[in-house]
Amino acid sequence: MSKIIIALIVACAMSSGVALAAGGKTKPVEHYHWSFSGINGKYDKEALQRGFQVYREVCAACHSIDFIAFRHLGDKGGPFYLEECPEGAPDTLNCSNPNDNPLVKALAAEYEVEDGPDDSGDMFMRTGLPSDTIPGPYANEQQAAAANGGAIPPDLSLITKARKYGPDYLHSLLKGYTDPPETVELDPGTYYNPYYKGDMATLLKPVYVDDEGKPLEGVDVPYGGVLKMKAPLVDGIVDYIDDSVPETVEQYSKDVTTFLTWTAEPKMEARKTMGKISLLYLLIMAVIVYLSYKQIWSRIDH
Amino acid sequence: MSHESTYVPGTAIERWLDRRLPIIRLGYDSFGDFPTPKNLNYWYTFGGILTVCLMIQIVTGIILTMHYTPHVDYAFASVEHIMRDVNYGHIMRYAHANGASMFFIAVYLHMFRGLYYGSYKEPREVLWIIGVIIFVLMMATAFMGYVLPWGQMSFWGATVITSLFSAVPLIGDSLTTLLWGGYSVDNPTLNRFFALHYLLPFLIAGAVILHIWALHVPGNANPTGVEVKSSKDTVPFHPYYTVKDGFAIIVFLIMFAVFLFFMPNALGHPDNYIPANPLVTPEHIVPEWYFLPFYAMLRAITFDVFFISSKLGGVIVMFASILLLLFLPWLDRSKVRSHRYRPIARGFFFLFVADCLFLGWLGAQVAEQPYILLSQLATAYYFAYFLVILPLLAVLETPKELPKSISDDVLSRSQKKQARASSPTPVAQPAE
Repeated sequence: MSKIIIALIVACAMSSGVALAAGGKTKPVEHYHWSFSGINGKYDKEALQRGFQVYREVCAACHSIDFIAFRHLGDKGGPFYLEECPEGAPDTLNCSNPNDNPLVKALAAEYEVEDGPDDSGDMFMRTGLPSDTIPGPYANEQQAAAANGGAIPPDLSLITKARKYGPDYLHSLLKGYTDPPETVELDPGTYYNPYYKGDMATLLKPVYVDDEGKPLEGVDVPYGGVLKMKAPLVDGIVDYIDDSVPETVEQYSKDVTTFLTWTAEPKMEARKTMGKISLLYLLIMAVIVYLSYKQIWSRIDH
Repeated sequence: MSHESTYVPGTAIERWLDRRLPIIRLGYDSFGDFPTPKNLNYWYTFGGILTVCLMIQIVTGIILTMHYTPHVDYAFASVEHIMRDVNYGHIMRYAHANGASMFFIAVYLHMFRGLYYGSYKEPREVLWIIGVIIFVLMMATAFMGYVLPWGQMSFWGATVITSLFSAVPLIGDSLTTLLWGGYSVDNPTLNRFFALHYLLPFLIAGAVILHIWALHVPGNANPTGVEVKSSKDTVPFHPYYTVKDGFAIIVFLIMFAVFLFFMPNALGHPDNYIPANPLVTPEHIVPEWYFLPFYAMLRAITFDVFFISSKLGGVIVMFASILLLLFLPWLDRSKVRSHRYRPIARGFFFLFVADCLFLGWLGAQVAEQPYILLSQLATAYYFAYFLVILPLLAVLETPKELPKSISDDVLSRSQKKQARASSPTPVAQPAE
């Protein structure tokens, strides 16, 4: 049986990308200039903090970020990194160590995590510690699926690396929700987004398709697809501490995208710094070795 | 080694060691004083570059192994642990992943260089064959390495490629079961791929030693294809080629660093950041870029030939496209090695390079028309180049006159260069 399935899969994958790729087109993502793009790119620390707030107050209702522990938030380059301790902390404390970072400790303490088993064999709840991973909304996949009409909300830790043009895609998607085009009919509990992959041809109203279910001539199949997540962001849904930052979908989306790019690539700043030093070193070496090469080869006819 | 040893042990310790294990002599004769043609150009630096690639892969790979867990439940998470929590783990992993791509860039250029300058011809057939074996080992290693992070592409790539073995007549199903260690790609598959991925690089390293040995017996080929005739044709490997290779290696590392530090995921596939899920098939299953030409040839066979199904046909064509290289020294019987002096073969060679690139592009397209037809044409040219064009040209082509010796060629070239530099007005040159 399994062989037949495998054979079918292979046949599909190899001979008819057509069948699998039958989906419609998605709207091309809009490209933005992010603070973190380019060789000098850095994460905007305030955007990271706001993005974490958006994640926590909106996304976290359904999506986990399993690869992130509280202590990661206090790592160098992270949203709550402290170079020095705030006034009044004991001298012995090193707040650049995320485990001693008071912001991280306080944040972790706002969560309850399951631990155990204890000496009598029971699991118990305790206050969160910086070393704990941030608890997700569901105990398991089955619970997640049951709560979301069968669709499992993906973990967001790596989402910006797991999609083509990740940050641009995410930002486009989050602010891209629109009313569905006139020509299609959506099932209840599903939402239209021109950037989401899917096949809108299957959702065309009966008057626009022929007997075989193909779109009639002159009927455009709209971009995008439908998903079970309704537009998560609306203006004013998150209350930012800094009043000068607009509380709009655009701003929320930018901030949470920055945060989720950091969760996917937390070492980016360190990597780029190292890259610049390495390139400088290699270029100097290249010049020295090239001059040696010229000098050595000048000894012979060639 | 083929040349007289000129090593003179300088110290008492060296003399003592030389009578017991002449290892310093071996090193000196192979990489110090080794007589090397003096006209090797930059296309000849890829051997050194590849050695560096292999060392980078082995060093980063062993460090990654210290933190990686080969289990379906933990593999993906352990890679993320390396990326987030291991000191410099993100650099190690990106260096290893991009290092594989760099390795293939270098090996393809190395192979094209061998094809162009006829490096496979007598008396270097064994050298060439060992090279093809190294290439096959590299492909196997890279394929299994890509499976280890246990992302979606890892899983589905492994499923598609291992399933190909089921096309082998009679033993196909047993063979696939053996590869999988079960009835589908699962934990046993991951475990054996990990074991083999750790083993094969050492086999490659062994084969590389044989490759260098087989190089040092007849000595280097060179761009003229004319054998070394006197000591005027050669320079000692050190310092002349250590410094030239060294410069090329640094330039190569600059390109490597640009990928590693500034676009580490450019050569990968986003789907591999989604944990493997046997219940969800990705939209397109594509292999890594360096396998695309062969993937295109695999998919080009969409028709049955007598009792050979299209699937088996594709598998045969794909493996044949690589194994064919083993017979190249006997397919191209032309006495002239270098394509510099083979005006017609040269054109076909560049068309062949373009064909390989085109096949690579086709491998990334969906399997529908017109790509299928184009793949079939490109595959046909790939095989025709080796099986028809090269054997025929050996008989039909009139090569240009060869230089008398390497030093003659070098001299006439440098004179031409000087003449061009000193004459104020461009002198009409006869066409080369």
